[in-house]
Amino acid sequence: MKEELKELYKYRGLLYMITYRDIKVRYKQSVMGFLWAILMPVLIVMSGIIVRYAYGLAAHVPLRTADIASVAVKSLPWAFLVSSIRFSCNSLINNQNLVTKIYFPKEIFPMAAVLASLFDLFVASGALVIFLLVIHTGWSAYLVWIPLLVVTMVLLATGIGMIVAAASLFFRDVKFIVEVLLTFGIFFTPVFFEVSMFGDKGKWLLLNPVGPILEGLSACIARHQSPDLSWFAYSLGFALFALLGGFVFFKHLEPAFAESV
Amino acid sequence: MSDVALRMEHVYKKFRKGEIYNSLRDLLPALTGRMFQQRELRENDKREFWALQDLSFEVKRGEAFGIIGQNGAGKSTALKILSRIMKPTKGCMVVDGRLSALIEVTAGFHQDLTGRENIFLHGTILGMTKREIESKLDQIIAFSGIEEFIDTPVKRYSTGMFARLGFSVAAHVDPEVLIVDEVLSVGDYVFQRKCVDRMKEVIRGGATVLFVSHNLRSVAEFCQRALLLDKGRTVSVGSAQEVIAAYLNRSGREHATDANSSPVSISKVTVRSESGECCQFQSGQKAWIDVELIARSRCSKLSVSLYIRDEYSTLVFNTSTERLGHGNFTLEEGEAFLCTFELQLNMATGIFHPSILVYRYDTQTEYDRWETAATIYVGSPDDVQGFVHCFPKVVRHEIRAASDGRLTAIALDASRGGKCSAE
Repeated sequence: MKEELKELYKYRGLLYMITYRDIKVRYKQSVMGFLWAILMPVLIVMSGIIVRYAYGLAAHVPLRTADIASVAVKSLPWAFLVSSIRFSCNSLINNQNLVTKIYFPKEIFPMAAVLASLFDLFVASGALVIFLLVIHTGWSAYLVWIPLLVVTMVLLATGIGMIVAAASLFFRDVKFIVEVLLTFGIFFTPVFFEVSMFGDKGKWLLLNPVGPILEGLSACIARHQSPDLSWFAYSLGFALFALLGGFVFFKHLEPAFAESV
Repeated sequence: MSDVALRMEHVYKKFRKGEIYNSLRDLLPALTGRMFQQRELRENDKREFWALQDLSFEVKRGEAFGIIGQNGAGKSTALKILSRIMKPTKGCMVVDGRLSALIEVTAGFHQDLTGRENIFLHGTILGMTKREIESKLDQIIAFSGIEEFIDTPVKRYSTGMFARLGFSVAAHVDPEVLIVDEVLSVGDYVFQRKCVDRMKEVIRGGATVLFVSHNLRSVAEFCQRALLLDKGRTVSVGSAQEVIAAYLNRSGREHATDANSSPVSISKVTVRSESGECCQFQSGQKAWIDVELIARSRCSKLSVSLYIRDEYSTLVFNTSTERLGHGNFTLEEGEAFLCTFELQLNMATGIFHPSILVYRYDTQTEYDRWETAATIYVGSPDDVQGFVHCFPKVVRHEIRAASDGRLTAIALDASRGGKCSAE
C-alpha cells in the first residue's frame, strides 16, 4: 500500500498531464467546452425548479427564492458526481492502448476523469455564483464549510470511480448498469427536494452518502446554517472508506488489466 | 548498484484459452452453474496454456541482449513482463534502473492534440518530467524532422509522420534500461538509419538494451548476447552469433508441396561449407547446395532452379542447371537425382533463404518447389552494408595542402560499399 502510494506520487506529473489532456480535448472548441460544463447543471437546475414548482402548487406553498437557490446549489455537485463516475467508468476502456502497452499506475485514469470533472464544476460554479448574486441569496460565515464538503464529494467520486473503472474493464455491461444507476440515482438523492420534507423518514434518505453532502451545501449556502455534523461525519467516513476500498480493489485487479483487454 | 541490470528468474506465465466471461450477464449464470457442476471447472483448467516456462536470464549493465524466436514463441509476453505491464504467474523479475520500453511508440498520442502537446503528453507517459521535456523539446522536434507541422493536430499527420514523432519522443527518454520491440521498422530508410544510430548512441552511453526482433540482422548488429525462445521455453542462450545459428538451424525446413501427387519431388536440400553442413558464412566464402530429387514416374527435360531471397523476400540471385549448361535431363521411374550448386557468396551482411524449384524446361511445367529450403546467414568482418560485397579497399587516403586557397580532401569510404564521397 505504502509502495503503491509512493509510486502514485512519483507519477503525479502524469496525473496532471492526463487531466490536462482530458480538459484540453473537451475544451478544444472553447464555446462547446464551456457549454458542456454548463449544460448539464443548467438542465438539472431547470428540472429541479419545475419539480419544486409542481410541489409548491400541490402543497399550496409559494415557491421561495431560497428553494430555487437550494436546488441550484445541489445540482452542481450532483452533476459533478455523475460526470466523474461516467468518465471514470470509460477511462480505462478509452485508453486501452496505454493500459496494455505502457507501465504506470493506472488509477491515474479514473483520478484524471474526476479531476477533469472537478474543473467543469469550477467553471459551472462561476455561473452559479452569478446566479446566486442575481437572486440575492446573501452570504454567511458558514460558507467556510464549502471546501470540506466539496473535498468529501471528490473523495467519494474517486473511490466509486476506481471501482467502476476496473470493473468495467472486465465486465462490459458494468457501463450500462452504472448508466442506469446514475440516471435514477437523482430520485434517491435529495437534489430536487429537501430531506426535511419527509419529516422523520428523511433520515433514511441521508443514508445515501451523497445526501448529507448536498444537504450540507444547501444548508451553508442557501439557508445560512451549519451542516448537520454527525451526518457530515457519516459521509466523510463513507467517502474515505470508498476511497480506500476502491484503491485496494483497483490495485488488486490492476495486474490483470493488460490480459483482459 | 550491482553489475546486473536486469534479471529474470524461473519466470512462468499462464494464459487461459477460449471463453472468458466478459460481462456480468454471462458470468452470473456461469457461476451458479459452476456450483453444481464440478466437472466444468476441471475442463476449464485444461484450457490453460503456458506462454512462458522457466525463463531465466541476466543482462549485465551496458550490455545489449537480444531475444529471438518465431511468432508465438513468447517474446512479447516476456517483454510485457519485463516492462511490468503483466505479472508473471510464477517466478520473479528484477530491474535495476530507470526502465523505458519502446514497444508501441505512439500509444500515448491523442488525435486531437497538436504535435507539440503530444510530445509533452507522451514524454510524461514515458516517465520524463516536464522540465526534462522542455530542455529536450528542440532536439526531439529536430529529430522527428516535422518542424513545420509541430503545431498541427496529429490526426492530420500521415502514418509515417505519426510514427516518427512517436519514436523521436521515445528515443530521448535516456533510460538506464531500454526495451525495444520491432520499432526500428518505422518511417523511411533515412529515418530508420537515424533510429539505428540513436540506438547505438544509447548503447554507447552505457544503457542496457533488451532487443526483441524477428530481424536477425539487427540482432546481429546490436547485440552481444541473445536468447532463443520456442513455445515459451528457452532453447539457447549465448553469444548472438551462436543463438542466431541455432535459430536458423531450427527454422525453414518444412516442405509444403504434396509430394505424392507430383511425378518428381525434392527430397533433400542441404547447405554446406568446406567443413560440412553449415548455415553461417562469411562474405566471399564458398557454399555448396546439395539437391536431391526422386522421380515417381518417367519425366524428361527436367531442370533444377535455385532462387536466393533475402529476408524481405527480394530476389537476390537466381540460376538453374539448364542455364548453367546441364539442363534437359530425364529421370526414369524410381530414379534419384543429385546435383550440387557451388556458389561464391558475394553478398553483404544479411539473412538469405535459398529456394529450389524443379520444372520441365520446354513447357515450363512446375513439378515441385521448396520455398525457404534453408536459411543462411552471411556476415562480414568489415561491416559491409547494402546488397553486395564489392570487396572494397582504400587505395588512396591523403590530405593535400591548401594550394590555391581551397582545401580539397578526397576520401574513399570503405564502409559505404566502395562508393566515393567527397567531403
